[in-house]
Amino acid sequence: MSAYLKIDHVGKTFSRGASETEVLADITLAVDKGEYVSIIGHSGCGKSTLLNIVAGLTPATTGGVLLEDREVNSPGPDRAVVFQNHSLLPWLTVYDNVRLAVDKVFSGSKSRAERHDWTMHNLDLVQMGHARDKRPAEVSGGMKQRVGIARALAMEPKVLLLDEPFGALDALTRAHLQDSVMVLHQKLQNTVMMITHDVDEAVLLSDRIVMMTNGPAAKIGEVLDVALARPRKRLELAANPTYLKCRQRVLEFLYERHRFVEAA
Amino acid sequence: MSLSALTSQPASDTSTTSATVLPLKLKKPSRLATRLIPLLGDIAARVVPPTIVIAVLLLVWELLCRKQGATLPPPSQVFTETYDLIVDPFFDRGGIDKGLFWHLSASLQRVALGYALACVAGVALGTLVGQSTWAMRGLDPIFQVLRTVPPLAWLPLSLAAFQDGQPSAIFVIFITSIWPIIINTAVGIRNIPQDYRNVAAVLRLNPAEFFVKIMVPSAAPYIFTGLRIGIGLSWLAIVAAEMLIGGVGIGFFIWDAWNSSHISEIILALFYVGIIGFVLDRIVAGVASFVTRGTAAN
Ligand SMILES: Nc1ncnc2c1ncn2[C@@H]1O[C@H](COP(=O)(O)OP(=O)(O)O)[C@@H](O)[C@H]1O
Ligand SMILES: [Mg+2]
Repeated sequence: MSAYLKIDHVGKTFSRGASETEVLADITLAVDKGEYVSIIGHSGCGKSTLLNIVAGLTPATTGGVLLEDREVNSPGPDRAVVFQNHSLLPWLTVYDNVRLAVDKVFSGSKSRAERHDWTMHNLDLVQMGHARDKRPAEVSGGMKQRVGIARALAMEPKVLLLDEPFGALDALTRAHLQDSVMVLHQKLQNTVMMITHDVDEAVLLSDRIVMMTNGPAAKIGEVLDVALARPRKRLELAANPTYLKCRQRVLEFLYERHRFVEAA
Repeated sequence: MSLSALTSQPASDTSTTSATVLPLKLKKPSRLATRLIPLLGDIAARVVPPTIVIAVLLLVWELLCRKQGATLPPPSQVFTETYDLIVDPFFDRGGIDKGLFWHLSASLQRVALGYALACVAGVALGTLVGQSTWAMRGLDPIFQVLRTVPPLAWLPLSLAAFQDGQPSAIFVIFITSIWPIIINTAVGIRNIPQDYRNVAAVLRLNPAEFFVKIMVPSAAPYIFTGLRIGIGLSWLAIVAAEMLIGGVGIGFFIWDAWNSSHISEIILALFYVGIIGFVLDRIVAGVASFVTRGTAAN
């Protein structure tokens, strides 16, 4: 019962006027410290809703979320989020976007100079130190997402929440960023919860893959352990039998047993 | 490490000096040709058409008003009759017998005060209405009705309340320019993307930080739209209000000129009113584009 992050019988029902939609039903999941967990499921099944509940941005209707055995029900920098659409503030430079987070989280514990160094350190981690004075509009989509990751890492979160962080990127940029995230996870040993709808991405990055059934009232359908040694190399994995087996399992789940029905 | 640094230092020095000297000599004359001449051409393209149009209009006006029985003076007569006012805007013979500078500056001071109050109150109320559904439901119907009241309709009421022309004129400016500021600010606040709110929530920004760091920059383009409409309305209202309250001010100057049948002075005053209205609008627009640089692009 002493998991690092515990999602405990969480259910969510949205009510709009008289109509009610049960999006999530009784989700229970325990994540260990340093673990990389992916949540995969078809579009609209409630993945973002689940992530937002963990982030504290959306209140759960039933159940709750425990982090280090303490209930969390409001947002905070201990559960930093990287949003799908980067969510950088367009009027701030790349540096200032990260610095805003650093200033807020470390206002009491770091001096001005230390906060500057910490901001630059995190920008350098994602190889964005060179673009510190650019505005988000002046850098590419992949770079924006890197800055979003730097901002989240700079908060030194207990759990890093990624909501389809590479969803809007082209295949090549996406692969680059996946590699960067793998390296960072190896280095920093963060606890990560990532949402994706890309099977290869899930297998490549995760220690465990949580597969969700289709909504309404989505549940956890299956949890798959990815027993692949780290560090993982994209090219070497292509022919790895464990990799292929994991991939097969997820594909079967998504496209045979829980096919996406458009008129859900 | 130090050895390689030492050897590379002079090499890079010589290369930079030789690289900078030569092109500079070559580029100097061509830069003048490539930058200055197009710039002059650009200026000419902007200045020539309005100059021609103004000249034609003045000519038509001159021809029309020169005829016998014309009720308005032609431009040549306006110029000769107002020559003293044009060359000496700073005279002060006491009372309201002052140069145009003093009238315009009195009007501008009233506008500045009323408009400044409207900016502060308008942004504050707009934020309240944009942020709180309850405040919006309660206040929006009232705003929608009050904003249709014509500026001058407020004047008798404010004269009754303040018992004096000066604060009444300022109040009229205030009440005229506040509505577009409130409404546009509220729309801007309501349009703050949920993403920015989420970022603020994760960072646990307190309300003051949220206002300064997220709300104001995010809503700035909307707020400045309101501020720009507001300054235009203020300048429209001040002339009318001053005609009624009297005293020093460009509005009463115009009214006084009409009473003394100095039509040329009215025309000169209208010219100044137009120019200043234009300049005020450009100032607010300039501040807006300076403050909101980077916000529009996402
Ligand atoms: N604020 C909300 N109000 C009502 N319904 C919502 C709200 N947010 C999400 N939903 C619904 O919940 C379901 C799951 O949404 P979401 O979590 O965004 O799915 P996913 O991220 O898996 O694509 C969708 O059917 C969506 O319409
Ligand atoms: Mg989603």
